[in-house]
Amino acid sequence: MTATDARQQAPSPRQPLEQISGEALQSVLLAGARPPRPGPLSVSATFGWRAMLRIKHVPEQLFDVTAFPVLMTLMFTYLFGGALAGSVDRYVQFFLPGILVQTVVMITMYTGVALNTDITKGVFDRIKSLPIWRPSALVGALLGDVVRFTIASAIVILLGLALGFRPDGGVLGVLAGVALLLVFSFSLGWLWTLLGLVLRTPNSVMNTSMMALFPLTFASNIYVDPETMPGWLQAVVDVNPVAHLVTAIRGLMEGNGDMGDILLVLVESAVLVAVFGTLTMRRYNRRA
Amino acid sequence: MTELAIETIGLAKTFGATRAVDGVDLQVRRGRIHGFLGPNGAGKTTTIRMLATLLRPDAGSAQVFGHDVVREADEVRSRISLTGQFASLDEDLTGIENLVLLSRLLGYSRPAARNRAEELLAAFGLTDAATRQVKKYSGGMRRRIDIAASIVVTPELIFLDEPTTGLDPRSRNQVWDIVRALVAGGTTVLLTTQYLDEADQLAEQISVIDNGRVIAEGTPGELKASVGSGALLVRVQRPEQRPAARGLLERVLAVPVRDEADPAALTATVDDPGPVARALTELDRAGIGLAQFSLGQPSLDEVFLALTGHAATSSDDAEPADLQESSR
Ligand SMILES: Nc1ncnc2c1ncn2[C@@H]1O[C@H](COP(=O)(O)OP(=O)(O)O)[C@@H](O)[C@H]1O
Ligand SMILES: [Mg+2]
Repeated sequence: MTATDARQQAPSPRQPLEQISGEALQSVLLAGARPPRPGPLSVSATFGWRAMLRIKHVPEQLFDVTAFPVLMTLMFTYLFGGALAGSVDRYVQFFLPGILVQTVVMITMYTGVALNTDITKGVFDRIKSLPIWRPSALVGALLGDVVRFTIASAIVILLGLALGFRPDGGVLGVLAGVALLLVFSFSLGWLWTLLGLVLRTPNSVMNTSMMALFPLTFASNIYVDPETMPGWLQAVVDVNPVAHLVTAIRGLMEGNGDMGDILLVLVESAVLVAVFGTLTMRRYNRRA
Repeated sequence: MTELAIETIGLAKTFGATRAVDGVDLQVRRGRIHGFLGPNGAGKTTTIRMLATLLRPDAGSAQVFGHDVVREADEVRSRISLTGQFASLDEDLTGIENLVLLSRLLGYSRPAARNRAEELLAAFGLTDAATRQVKKYSGGMRRRIDIAASIVVTPELIFLDEPTTGLDPRSRNQVWDIVRALVAGGTTVLLTTQYLDEADQLAEQISVIDNGRVIAEGTPGELKASVGSGALLVRVQRPEQRPAARGLLERVLAVPVRDEADPAALTATVDDPGPVARALTELDRAGIGLAQFSLGQPSLDEVFLALTGHAATSSDDAEPADLQESSR
């Protein structure tokens, strides 16, 4: 290889480490035998690991996960607590499970934004040309997000405890509530992956998700008891899955979890995965 | 086993009103570097994306090692590797993290993935940059890690989409070395480029694409020959042999041969470079010693201009001057 030889005779003094040799390349090519194809779980876990690495390198993305819940909890507790429930202390008991749901459900939308960023940047071209289980990239990303949701949940709950939140359900009740929240959030994530695939820019994904999330979280029982709402709004709250989730989690954390409420949330989660997971994968495989 | 790494018939893709790829027939032999040469917007990337199973063709068919890219996408994916024109690694991750990630996805165990990543980084001269985020790499380093990522498992076929666009000459030479090493290792390479000298340097076979169509095909030499005539220059050692040499050349090449001012020199314009080698042998057999013998060929730039009516590096095709048909 003449080009290599020429360079070896006159190495650039500034970048001596950029030397590459034909022999090293040959041996690295020879060593590249294909290992056995990895299974769906292993590949999904690898994509989850990628999400963790991204948190390490872009810790700013945890800002939404940490600052947002803290701000929301403090703001609502102190601004509205007295007015809405008579006292800050009583409001925290009611409000904390709600703000927990609000926080984590709002964070889920970054799943779609991150996916869209990957697609617009071209990272998905490489991923999609690999011989791997097709949904793994998306499943892995959602699993990574579950970690972010867990961090956010921990922050909200710790802050709540500091503000006087004393749930009757105890540690187990709280953990069960968080577990249910994670299941629902993972399932809801498939709605955002679909948006992430359909829409053109990360920004439009963000805006559309916001538009969907505001009514879902505000027309609910997160902030106030729906009894005080007009009848039509109560009807909306009655069919709002986010409200169902809040009801189930409140029950669990208060120590009187209702099997029916929990089951309803699990069924709704399954429906979310079945519908939006399917649509997402169809879109993902479409190769327009 | 089929001899062809890639075979497409009438491959087409339309985006709205744009016929990005408009009936491409392509045959790429195993173990070769095939150049896919065309200006910006010619349809190179779109073709590659269809071959790499990322886009579904609107019409026509494409097979990679005999496997249909639509119906047997997974078979195709397990034989190919794609180095896209734009970023195809996670720029926020470090070089080694990207390579470990891909190694894991391709089935390496955790320790094996780490070893593989390290040996790739070493071979590509990136050991020192291993723990740096890819977004902090220089253009040449980016390209090298992109290619390294494509050979975590040595592919049977690699697509390199404009691997040297925007690189300085030194980095470009490094990429060329890598491409040559790849093909020496038995990998088939489909390389797109806007640079004629790149195709000339690397490719054994070139398809020239413009406006979604293959407008010419052949070896670099054939392409040049198909367009311009080569300028033959012969200088004999003993000027008294010049007339004999002229007679012999005229007979073998069947073209007029001119005496130059230099008493030992002869020139001719040859349309077909085929008999030139024979002429050389016959001169030798006739005992005519040569001081110089050269066949100057037109540059690929001239080839492109003649084929498309516009220069290769321009995406502006407003002026379709005389289109000269390809020789094939
Ligand atoms: N996703 C797309 N949507 C619309 N038009 C596209 C798309 N991809 C490519 N094109 C158009 O198709 C043509 C060929 O593009 P491309 O294959 O990228 O060319 P090249 O790689 O040779 O520069 C261009 O006119 C380009 O604008
Ligand atoms: Mg291109």
